[in-house]
Amino acid sequence: MLSSLLRIAALIRKELLAILKDARTRNMLLIQPVIQLLIFGYAATLDLSNIPYAAFDRDRSAASSALLAKLDGSSAFQRIANITDPDEMRRLIDSRRVVLVVQIAPDFQRRLSAGQNAAVQVVADGRNSTTAGAALGSVNAAVESFNVDWRRDHGLAPPPVRLSPRAWYNPNLETRWNLVPALVGTITMMSTLMLAALSVAREREEGTFDQLLVAPFNPAEIMVGKAIPAMMIGLTQSTTALLVAQLWFRIPFAGSYLTLYAGLVLFLLAAVGIGLFVSSISATMQQGMLYAFVTIMPFALLSGLTTPISSMPRVIQAFTLINPLRYAIDLVHRVYLEGLGLDRLWPDLWPMAIIATVTLTAAAWMFRNRIE
Amino acid sequence: MTAPVIVGRDLRKRFKQRAGGTLDALASVSLEIAAGGVSALVGPDGSGKSTLIRMIAGLLSADAGELTVLGIDVAKDPQAIQDRIGYMPQRFGLYEDLSVQENLDLYADLHGVSAAVRAQKYPRLMEMTALGPFTGRLAGRLSGGMKQKLGLACALVRSPELLLLDDPTAGVDPLSRRELWEIIAALVRDEGVPVLISTSYLDEAERCDHVVVMHRGAVLAQGRPDDIAQVAAGRTFRAAPRGEESPRKLQARLLADPTVTDAAPEGGRVRIVCTTAPGDAAFAGLALEPVPARFEDAFMILQRAADATRAKMSTGPAPALRAEQLSGGVKAEVVVEVRDLVKRFGEFVAVDRIGFEVRRGEIFGLLGPNGAGKTTTFRMLCGLLTATSGTLNVDGADLRRSRAQARRKLGYVAQKFSLYGQLSVAENLDFFASAYGLAGAARRRRIDWVMDEFALHPLAGVLGGHLAGGFKQRLAMAAALLHEPDILFLDEATSGADPVARREFWGRVNALADQGVTVIVTTHFMAEAEYCDRIAILDSGRVLAQGAPAEIRSHALTEGNPEPTMDDAFIAVVEQARAAALQGRAA
Repeated sequence: MLSSLLRIAALIRKELLAILKDARTRNMLLIQPVIQLLIFGYAATLDLSNIPYAAFDRDRSAASSALLAKLDGSSAFQRIANITDPDEMRRLIDSRRVVLVVQIAPDFQRRLSAGQNAAVQVVADGRNSTTAGAALGSVNAAVESFNVDWRRDHGLAPPPVRLSPRAWYNPNLETRWNLVPALVGTITMMSTLMLAALSVAREREEGTFDQLLVAPFNPAEIMVGKAIPAMMIGLTQSTTALLVAQLWFRIPFAGSYLTLYAGLVLFLLAAVGIGLFVSSISATMQQGMLYAFVTIMPFALLSGLTTPISSMPRVIQAFTLINPLRYAIDLVHRVYLEGLGLDRLWPDLWPMAIIATVTLTAAAWMFRNRIE
Repeated sequence: MTAPVIVGRDLRKRFKQRAGGTLDALASVSLEIAAGGVSALVGPDGSGKSTLIRMIAGLLSADAGELTVLGIDVAKDPQAIQDRIGYMPQRFGLYEDLSVQENLDLYADLHGVSAAVRAQKYPRLMEMTALGPFTGRLAGRLSGGMKQKLGLACALVRSPELLLLDDPTAGVDPLSRRELWEIIAALVRDEGVPVLISTSYLDEAERCDHVVVMHRGAVLAQGRPDDIAQVAAGRTFRAAPRGEESPRKLQARLLADPTVTDAAPEGGRVRIVCTTAPGDAAFAGLALEPVPARFEDAFMILQRAADATRAKMSTGPAPALRAEQLSGGVKAEVVVEVRDLVKRFGEFVAVDRIGFEVRRGEIFGLLGPNGAGKTTTFRMLCGLLTATSGTLNVDGADLRRSRAQARRKLGYVAQKFSLYGQLSVAENLDFFASAYGLAGAARRRRIDWVMDEFALHPLAGVLGGHLAGGFKQRLAMAAALLHEPDILFLDEATSGADPVARREFWGRVNALADQGVTVIVTTHFMAEAEYCDRIAILDSGRVLAQGAPAEIRSHALTEGNPEPTMDDAFIAVVEQARAAALQGRAA
């Protein structure tokens, strides 16, 4: 037992040396997560601001100006043109200079004053449906606000139903609050899975794996010795990412670190298990790299990070059940933003435990039994 | 003779090393290669052979000096030279994922060979290399000998005015080597193409018209091999061992003698090169029989004289590679037993019902061409591969099924360098020592010990991947000996190693066997069979012959060849077996 532990310790030391000795790899693993987090934290925000739009005001009345002022007054929109010609509308949208054109009919004020319904047409560039959808939502809000003002100023009764939204755990509904904690899992998975996937493939390609098999290591020892260093690096990355989320982005941490790390360890175990399994079936590093890529991409895209899993087709939803990142993102959100304890996280924990057990067992078996 | 094809004056090339410092790959090399015939570059690893060939091919520029190839100044117009020469790099320069035909087409395209020329050239190349039936096969699936011939064919797709071959026979068996030399001879004879070849086989160099002996980036001698051999004139002898002593024991004893430059077992006796003309007293009791000097003798004298540190290795006492002495000598106890062993990969039978026994303390050699099944057998012995059927027993255990602890008793040096290239020498040793359960002071002591024995101390901080070939081999051996194994498996350990390094290697193996370690080696250097107590010759997965070296040699005994070499014996045994197989098929 002791000799077995010593052998595992030797393997861990060797793995860490081999990975961290090269300055480029070291930077890649420790600095790259910070850079990614900063880039995604700033760039990949879904909160819209300064959306370019054009006004096609065919009424040119006080009412139409008031409506446009509502749009201009919100930080979401920026008017870059006033147009007078329908052809211009097409040109602006086709050339992507604006996302929206707001067209106000010539009888806008007249109809409003007469107590009738007045229409405002909004033409959006549907080629980027996400942006267009979000922009239309913002227009809606502006129009809503205009309605309320108009009724008040003209002594009319307020609208019968009024929405009073409150967002729990993220009061200002900042995408960043959602995205950055989720990236803790995503970024970590990418490097740990890749590290694990290449580790055995690399040894196989360089012939050093035979040397390990000839030494008194048993497959389980090799696997533990390979899994732990990858997990150590993964945990270092998660920690860095958490620090950036709190110290730089100032996203308040609601839960317990112990709970979060317990969940992360389980998640990394699953990610490393998948990586080692990929590694055990690849003969060369190139194969390992390719397999890892085809695994990581769907895992990252179908994790609920960008699209809610509940809106995916049934078949894809079934696939996400074997995606450890799906559970990890949920877990990080719940601990980070909601502050849940381990007892409530069970639905996220057990699937990751199963994924880890299955992949690690399969990998250990493949180590010894895979024959070229 | 017309004007020389290659003239180099005072060529220098210095490389920056990753670990800092510089390496003089070429330090003032001057040479002249005549227009006709075959010239050879010989020398140990790192002596600058490849650097020089690449420079002549215009692939590398000299730091200083003048180099003229085919009358063209290389520094001014490397492209003009590349348009006129054929060059085959080390490891043959093939695209392993392309078929034989695609490789040829690719080289023809790269050199702009017209369709008309191809139509005329291809059949001739195919006939010459006997690759015709394999045009559709992927280059990566060819045997070493076939790859080598394909590499040559690719270098010959357009008719070159000069052919440069960088170590074409490294890791290739005697039959394939002989075929390659026949092709080269025909090329020189029929087309008059001058050939420059670098090689670590001294018997090949001896066959050339002109030889350049290199050492650490300098030229030690150049001229006709016969003339260079005269350096050793009057200093070469042969002696038979007395009584019970085996030739390799005698060889080890002689090498330890300071008045002996070189000793190698040969045909049941030992060939000796003396440092000076010997006094009788030095070899009391040995009947010295003078023999004509060969190129190899002169080569060893030149190398030893140029490199004092190498000499220390062979004259020192036998290295103590084990702390705990096993009693030396071959015992009756069988430690490795193989019976009816079969390994199939799908349809392909890699190992076909082979059997042999190895006794404790014996040096046992598995010899055979590439693809004969040596490595497959080895991997099964070490438990890296499952046998399809048959019995396999290593020191009382089947390593495939036995616990990890049983593997503690064996050491394994793989065919290609298989330690961690990204770790330093010290870190590699540290890891393997811990892997075998060494800890604390014991670990430090063993590591110190092997580093002493293999002269690795100055290289402790160098990354494994940056070591020169010979030192990689030393490191691999050192790592395999850390845990004092009882059985040592050495797979093609001398493949690609230079003659001096090979001599050192066998000195160590000898010393280990003396200390009671059982050593099993595979090699395709047939001459190395002389170091073994017993050998088995493998071809196409079957054992063709086994026994002591003298028994094997007797297979090639004819009136015309009363003293056959191991190469002759190998070729005779393989050809007899192949002929018998053909007859069997016909009947």
